[in-house]
Amino acid sequence: MTNRFRTHSGGRIDRGAPVSFRFDGKTYSGFKGDTLASALIANGVHLVGRSFKYHRPRGFLSAGSDEPNALVNVARDAARMSPNLRATQVELYEGLKATSQNRWPSLGFDAGAANDFVSPFLPAGFYYKTFMWPAGAWKRFYEPKIRAMAGLGVAPTLPDPDRYTQNYAYCDVLVVGSGPAGLAAALAAAESGATVWLVDEQPELGGSLLAERTATIEGKPAQQWLSDTLATLAAKDNVTLLPRTTAFAYFPHNMIALAERVTEHLAAPGADLPRERLWQLRAREVVLATGALERPLVFPDNDRPGVLLADSARTYLNRYGAKPGDRAVIFTACDAGYRTALDLAAGGVAVVAVADLRREVHGELPARALAAGIDVRPATVVTGTTGRLRVSGARLAKIKGGPSVDPVGASETLACDTVLMSGGFTPSVHLFSQSRGKLVWDAASGAYLPGSSVERERSAGACRGITGLQRVLEDGYGQGEAAARASRDASSPARGATPPPGASSKSFPAQADDLGTDGFIGATPHARNPAFTKAFVDWQNDVTAKDITLATREGFRSIEHVKRYTTTGMATDQGKTSNMNTLGIVAEALGESVPKIGLTTFRPPFTPTTFGLFAGAARGDQFDPVRKTAIHDWAAEHGAAFEDVSLWKRAWYFPKALPDGRREDLHAAVARECKAVRSSVGMFDASTLGKIEVVGPDAAEFMNRMYTNAWAKLEPGRLRYGVMLREDGFVMDDGVVGRLSSDRFHVTTTTGGAPRVLAHMEDYLQTEWPELDVWLTSTTEQWAVIAVQGPKAREVLAPLIEGIDLAKEAFPHMSVREGTILGVPTRLFSVSFTGELGFEVNVPAHYGRAVWEAIFAAGQPFGITPYGTETMHVLRAEKGYIIVGQETDGTQVPDDVNLGWAVGKAKKDFVGKRSLARASMSAPDRKQLVGLRTTDPKVVLEEGAQIVADPKAPVPVPMLGFVTSSYYSAVLGHSIALAVIKGGRARIGTRLSVPMPDRVIEVEIVEPVFYDPKGERLNG
Amino acid sequence: MLIINCPWCGARPEIEFRYGGEAHVARPADPAAMSDQEWADFLYNRTNPKGLHAERWRHIHGCGRYFNAVRDTVSDFFVTTYKAGEPRPDIGESGQ
Repeated sequence: MTNRFRTHSGGRIDRGAPVSFRFDGKTYSGFKGDTLASALIANGVHLVGRSFKYHRPRGFLSAGSDEPNALVNVARDAARMSPNLRATQVELYEGLKATSQNRWPSLGFDAGAANDFVSPFLPAGFYYKTFMWPAGAWKRFYEPKIRAMAGLGVAPTLPDPDRYTQNYAYCDVLVVGSGPAGLAAALAAAESGATVWLVDEQPELGGSLLAERTATIEGKPAQQWLSDTLATLAAKDNVTLLPRTTAFAYFPHNMIALAERVTEHLAAPGADLPRERLWQLRAREVVLATGALERPLVFPDNDRPGVLLADSARTYLNRYGAKPGDRAVIFTACDAGYRTALDLAAGGVAVVAVADLRREVHGELPARALAAGIDVRPATVVTGTTGRLRVSGARLAKIKGGPSVDPVGASETLACDTVLMSGGFTPSVHLFSQSRGKLVWDAASGAYLPGSSVERERSAGACRGITGLQRVLEDGYGQGEAAARASRDASSPARGATPPPGASSKSFPAQADDLGTDGFIGATPHARNPAFTKAFVDWQNDVTAKDITLATREGFRSIEHVKRYTTTGMATDQGKTSNMNTLGIVAEALGESVPKIGLTTFRPPFTPTTFGLFAGAARGDQFDPVRKTAIHDWAAEHGAAFEDVSLWKRAWYFPKALPDGRREDLHAAVARECKAVRSSVGMFDASTLGKIEVVGPDAAEFMNRMYTNAWAKLEPGRLRYGVMLREDGFVMDDGVVGRLSSDRFHVTTTTGGAPRVLAHMEDYLQTEWPELDVWLTSTTEQWAVIAVQGPKAREVLAPLIEGIDLAKEAFPHMSVREGTILGVPTRLFSVSFTGELGFEVNVPAHYGRAVWEAIFAAGQPFGITPYGTETMHVLRAEKGYIIVGQETDGTQVPDDVNLGWAVGKAKKDFVGKRSLARASMSAPDRKQLVGLRTTDPKVVLEEGAQIVADPKAPVPVPMLGFVTSSYYSAVLGHSIALAVIKGGRARIGTRLSVPMPDRVIEVEIVEPVFYDPKGERLNG
Repeated sequence: MLIINCPWCGARPEIEFRYGGEAHVARPADPAAMSDQEWADFLYNRTNPKGLHAERWRHIHGCGRYFNAVRDTVSDFFVTTYKAGEPRPDIGESGQ
């Protein structure tokens, strides 16, 4: 097929640059500058999709981002496959491959169209009413079937190979929309010296001027003025012009999100370019020049391919040289229909008739249409169309005066191949509303217009209801000047004032048709049987006028409820073409005025936005920061399995190679590691522990106030286990603290709690006790920590250490000494989280691996065994040592987890002390930490499992507590568990039950220390 | 995303800050002298106004300082920010 519907000349396409493309497997030709939609229309193709619910044949409705029907899949390859693109925005490039969606087996014959014939049984709320029984069937049967039948495009299954970038930017004035108002605003702001960004979603800047045929501005043809103005703007250093860029979201304090499509339009995108760019632009002032969207008319069969919006048809004709058909019937409620009629007639399309909903037709455009010999019919409606895959005729009928059963007279069918409709224009207030500005109903123009602003923004031109090219230009210029002025005033409040009238210092004499503000909102009258007619309001979600009136009959009053019940306005076009007509239909059905019905909320994004844009570089390894210790690579080289603990990668266990070539599993490795520590010596990378250096003359006083323990009498060189509470008395963190000198503490925290603890300390130090002379420094990353644990620990370390006497008497348990290990300065702790004799070697992080390797080598005669976090957990649970966040969940006071001994009762005050004094904090039925033994020693309980007294008790069974930690202890030869149980300490020696889905496990309550209860091994 | 004016560093985007709850809720000098009800009020009860709210923010990814701000909870705009320890500016209760 060869562009039979292409005009002989004109338009902005490059007729010297033909482009070949494929749609549904068939090859077509178009020109550079075409969209997929304009090229298909030039080839006479209107059938491009099937509707969502009824699978009705659909064609193009519009020429822009408001398009609800023409959704296509564009694929460069299996991974670069984008579903649901609007063909009206897809720029043609050589070799483009597009396919239609939601049809099977083909667009011309779609089996799903059977839904259209059973549609009397598919009313609004159909899903809610029908698929309710049997209860389980929704998930198993209905939903999969419905999903297969409905739905739009298919997502690609391969990872997206393209790159997306994210940038921040700043400007004085952002202008959104490059039609006449936006261009004039950008010009005014740029001339004042402000930095200006002008963005537009279309590939070319110019907006409505791109489709102007006869208008003139400042004595020049509009298109000449456009190219001169763009050249002027482009030449200015302070102006950034961004076509193909959608301002899709308006965030507080004038942060606008822009989606720039960088390579989508290129036949061979360069590897150096990202596919899309996200701009997070902060503008001092924003000018919204977003124009207006043409409204469809809601009449029966208004969805047949070939039925288009009138001004969109004019755009196809004037901008792309693509005729919508040979014979057009126009149905209009405003002068836009006449402007299109005149342009069509001039372009060689026969205008069969103009049906005008208005009773009286006067004004310049209708007069010119009459003078051109066009059949103008006032007080006339279209009551239906004929044709199947393409419209073949339109039924016209006169509107009767006065109330009558049949609102219209006898109909006459006129043969045609396109029906063009215009219900007037809806100001595009999406971004204004997103900025939380207040919309006001303007009865004169029948539109919601921007009222008072919240942000520093102002609207200009058609998006605030201004019509007529000259007025729009001057309003744009005036708003641009005002925005530039306001941007220079740093003291002006964040909140903008209501935009003043566009007082422009410059005039823009222009000659153009003024379409005024006439229009229609709602469904047009007809006398056909409602059971067999479909007048579409929302094309994409297949919502008809009948569905909306049904919803009101069923009692829905709020527009938000009508919207959700009928799904009108909830498709990917977010109701750009349907929302106002929905309001009109609801208003009429309820006998209310449109503003009484309310308005649904405008939410971002303005048009669908790719996941790639939001993800940017945050994919794969870049998704989240990863923290690795100095010893990480050694562990990886030695086959460690890792687990994530906050952002850290921690060695989980070190599986050994088995003789048969496999590796140990978790349980075998942990059993071996545990036995090694208990019988000889193991080593563990504890570097992830949080570390805070607390320094200053008042350091001890500060520690006294922050921790439950008493610090004043702790001598330098000693360690103490510290417990930190929140002000509400609940355990927040714990850790071993070393006092290095009278004014210096080495504080350790839990791995995940370090930032929280530092912030907590800073909060009190800065805001409650600024008089304390204390400095807090995070030293987590500065120290590598190597725990050497087991009866042979001293023997392994002693030969490596200089300057510290490791003898038991000189260096007792819970001490800290400074010296060197292999010449590296160290803070050596005698501390144990295993219950064995133990040391923690703190060395500067960069020496971490070298010292680790040296200890590993020195330990070889003793079979030193590196162990991971899982073994660490088992060993500490055998000793009943808690882990904050595992045994605690933010509702445990120290006594609940057997830490009452750590609370300095004699201290006058510390954070959380007053809360501990509340009676309920020492109630005997609080959940208390105990140990559990299963009757069957092999059974390992599930962590989190609930504990009850009588599993056969009537539901709800009283829950006494739950399992917090549970492991199999290879050293003890039976399972062990820790739990918090109501009044648990008094229950020691009794039996309770842990009900599981398949059985009930009997447990005995025991002391929470399973191994070496007297603690004799600590002093080795 | 809000712009917040740190009294030490100047205007910075919201992602550099962390919210810190209502301002000017001083920790009592002698908690032990308080009744349970008084202590509960200090711990949990906040004004939660519709309009101007004095609140704490911390420039956590900047200078690390806590400071105070007056923000309109209706519009989400900041009226002013000031250093910790300074009194709340006298700018009324309502944001309108």
